[in-house]
Formats: sequence, structure tokens, C-alpha cells
Amino acid sequence: MKSAHAKHEWKSNTLPAMVMVGPVTLCMILLVAIPLIYVGVMSFCSIDQYYNVVFKFTTQNHLRLFSTDYLKIYGQSLAIAFLTTLFCILIGYPFSYLIARTKSKRKKLLYMLVIIPFWTNSLIRIYGWRTFLGTNGWLNTALQFLHLTSEPIDFLFKQGTTVLGMVYCLIPFMILPLYTSIEKLDTNLLEASSDLGAKKISTFLEVVLPLTAGGIFSGSIMVFIPCLGYFFVSDILGGGNSDVIGNLIERQFQSGNNWPLGAALSIILILITLLLVKLYQKMGGDMESLGM
Amino acid sequence: MKRKTKAKLQKRLGIVFCSLVYMFLFLPISVIVVNSMNATTSKPYLSWKGFTLDWYVKLFDNSSLLSSFGNTMIIALVSTLLATIIGTLGAVGMYKYKFRGKSIIDGLLYIPVVIPEIVLGISLLTIFSKVSIPRGMLTLILAHVTFCVPFVIFNVRARLDGYDNSIEEASMDLGANRVTTFFEITLPVLAPGIAGGALLAFTLSIDDVIISYFVNGQTKTYPLKVMESIKSGVAPDVNALSTLILLATVILVVLTQSDLLKRREK
Repeated sequence: MKSAHAKHEWKSNTLPAMVMVGPVTLCMILLVAIPLIYVGVMSFCSIDQYYNVVFKFTTQNHLRLFSTDYLKIYGQSLAIAFLTTLFCILIGYPFSYLIARTKSKRKKLLYMLVIIPFWTNSLIRIYGWRTFLGTNGWLNTALQFLHLTSEPIDFLFKQGTTVLGMVYCLIPFMILPLYTSIEKLDTNLLEASSDLGAKKISTFLEVVLPLTAGGIFSGSIMVFIPCLGYFFVSDILGGGNSDVIGNLIERQFQSGNNWPLGAALSIILILITLLLVKLYQKMGGDMESLGM
Repeated sequence: MKRKTKAKLQKRLGIVFCSLVYMFLFLPISVIVVNSMNATTSKPYLSWKGFTLDWYVKLFDNSSLLSSFGNTMIIALVSTLLATIIGTLGAVGMYKYKFRGKSIIDGLLYIPVVIPEIVLGISLLTIFSKVSIPRGMLTLILAHVTFCVPFVIFNVRARLDGYDNSIEEASMDLGANRVTTFFEITLPVLAPGIAGGALLAFTLSIDDVIISYFVNGQTKTYPLKVMESIKSGVAPDVNALSTLILLATVILVVLTQSDLLKRREK
């Protein structure tokens, strides 16, 4: 009797469960899992003389990943991502702190003003930086007008310019989780700390920082990882002098036309992502807070 | 007294710092707006040739620019709609039912969120070419749905956290069937989460560059059109369209959140 009931319940739940979960399951398996597995498979494939992918097993692509030219670019890409994350924290933390704890009536407006620029296409905003920093750009015009320089200064196409563009593109992904974690802070704790005689600095280091560390971690993940792939930023602002791993991959799928090599290069990004996410979870990071 | 002046000074420093950050955020926007009113007609459209509003009229003659914008809107609307339906059903289904492989699906959902977009882009490109789906509108919509679904799910899930299952049971006890209960009880409760997810999906879709770049074929979206024009210099009419889009979104936000300019929400 009991098992018949269980069976009935199972049956009555199967259809609704399939209707609800079926589409997302199909979507994730067909468009995420299988394509990624196929990238792994393709990294072992060869190309023929017409650059077509042929299923002939080779480890050549993986061996090429260790060439010195590539190693240099991985290092450069990691350095750019590290600096970008660092600047995003250094600018984003005090900024988020100030707008999350302001008593101003316009708090919501201040928050929206962070998001509004990001409704304009990111490419055209990055191009805006190029216009601003170029030898005929606004900045040089202003500097020459003020007689601070006689010759236009070449700001563009340096690693620093690429970092600037990356910080610009990615800083909201740092500010938003920080804002959320700082806003959640219990003011009573801060008052208790100062009532107990703690200095502002030690309250910050021992109460505020540990309680908002989650925001820093999730922000750092959301800044560091995309930074490795944002090839268009280094294309527009770096002018080929500050390639990231994304540039290497993009080239193999476009002009280089060696898809298996591009696939092998993508494996590096997949591995770095896995490693960092594992690290994030180890440090107590919550996966859900990455999705916002 | 001394303490007061110090606090005042700190507050001023804070305001100066925040203003500098806002300037940083809005600087390229001001470049776009100013360049949309530049009378120059020669590439790369950088030198200032005087003020004009002609580009705001002329952009309507640029059919390839307009059609790319049309494509972007179609793709964003269709993929937001699909992602919202798939995501909402999925979030509720995964919340209510246990089934084999659930944790795998759950894990897969995080991939589009954390993995660099370029990896998702090339993986979709390789699979589309493997199964010979011609690249174009269809592949763009499939790709956009893929990266939007997880964001919808996470938003809906945040609402489900405080969800009381007993109201559904009450509805069914009172004779409503599953479908009615879903539309009349479950959906209204989840509405804010669904709306938030849909808005995020739409925003991600209209601005997507990297994934679209790999799966577009000959169908150009607006960001891809911008990418193409960057090689020869972004023309003032492209800047004019961007300015109009920004203006439209700002007006939309002010209208929908009219309390924004009044006072802080309680």
C-alpha cells in the first residue's frame, strides 16, 4: 500500500518536474556542457593544409602552449588582471563604503549613477578613452593649453592604458558586491567597537574588514577572471603591446584560423577559472553572490 | 572643536574622492556625447570641426547602423523572454523537486557566470559549426539565452529563499490545479525576482560583444557594428545613436523609479 502511494506520488510529480526543469537542463547540457567538452576534444585535433579541423590525435597544440612567447603573454595577462583587481579594490572599497553608509537622501541616486554608464555599449566607451587619451585627444589638448607640456604625450598603447580600460570596464563588478556587503554591516557593532575604546583604524581592521571580506572576494573573482579574456580592451587601448590570453584565443579563431590551438589555449582559461573558484570556495565564498 | 573640524575635513575628502570616481565613470560618456555633435565628416572623426546636431537626423539614413540596432533589440527581447521563461520554470522546479543529476545542473549554471566570455563564445562557435547550424540570428539568440538563464535563476532563487510552500498547498486544497496555482500563487510572489532577472538578462544581452563576436555569422548586432567601425574611427552618427540609447534608458529609469530623485527609500 505504502509503495503504491509512493509510486503514485512519483508519477504525479514526474510530468510537472520535467516540464519545469527540462528546458533548463537541455539548455545547460546542450549549450554549456557539450560545447565545453567538445573544446577539450578539439584541443587534441589537427588541422589540414586548408586549416580544416581533422580528427587526428595530436598533443602538438598542448606542447605549443609552453612556448616562450605564450608564457610571456600568460604572465602579462595575469599581471594585468592582478593590477586591475588591485585598483578595483583600492578605488571600489572606499567608494562603496562612502555611498553605502551615506546619510544623504540621494543614496539611491548615487547608486544608480554607478550603473548608468554601463548601459552604453562598452566598446564605444573604451573607444571614448582612446579619444580622450590620444595624441590629439582632450587630455593632451588641455595639457598643451595649460603649457604643462609642449609636445603631445603618448598615453596610448601601453600596459597601463590597458589596465585603465580593464578597471573601467570591470569596476562595477567590484563596487556592487562591496556595496551589498557594506550596507549589511550592523552599525551597532561599529558603535560597540568604538565604545569599547577601539580606534577607528582597529575597528576597521578587526570588525569592518572581516565582515566585508566576502564582498572583496566575490568582487575579485568577478574582476580577475573576465580580465584574462577581454581581448577588445587590449585591442583598442593596448595596440598589440599588452595582449591578454583572450587575444591569443581570438586570433586562432579568426585570422590565425587554427581552432585546435585556440581550443587548447581556452583550456588554460578554464583551468585558471576552476582553480580560482575552488580557492574562492575554500575561503568561504558563496557561489550565489557571484551571480548578481 | 578640533574634532569637529577634523570630521568636516574627512567628509569633504570623501565627497572629493567620490566625485573623482564619478568623473572617471562618466568621462568616456561625455566624449561620446561631445563627438556626436562634431561637424567633422572625415575619418577618423577626431578633430573638432564645429557644433552640429545633423548627425541625429543623418543617423536615420544609415540603414546598416539602424538594422544592427534592430537586430540587437530583437535578440535582446527574444532571448530575455526565453531566458526568463526557462529560468523561472527551472528555479521553481529545482526548488520543489528532487531528481537525479540535480547537483550537476546546479553546477553547470555557474559556468556561464564565472567562465571568461571568450571561452563560452568559442565553445558555442565550435559546436554550432560541428552540427552545421548556420550562424546568424538563431545562433545569436541561442548563445544569449545560454548566458542569461543562470542570472534569471539566481534572481528568482533569491526570492524563493523566503518562500512559504504552504500557500501553494492551500491553493491546491481549495481545488486549484497545478497550472492555476503556478500562475495565480507562485508567479505573483516571485514577480520581483523574475523582473530583476529579466532586466539583468536584457542588459547583458544588449551589451554583449565577445560571445556575439564568435557566433554572429553575417548578422551584425549594434555592439558588433561599433567594433567594425572602430578600425576606421567611430563616426559621429554611431555616437549619436549611443547618446540616444543612453538618454532613453535614463528616461525609462527615472519614469519607473520616480522616487529616485525625491527621497531615500525607507
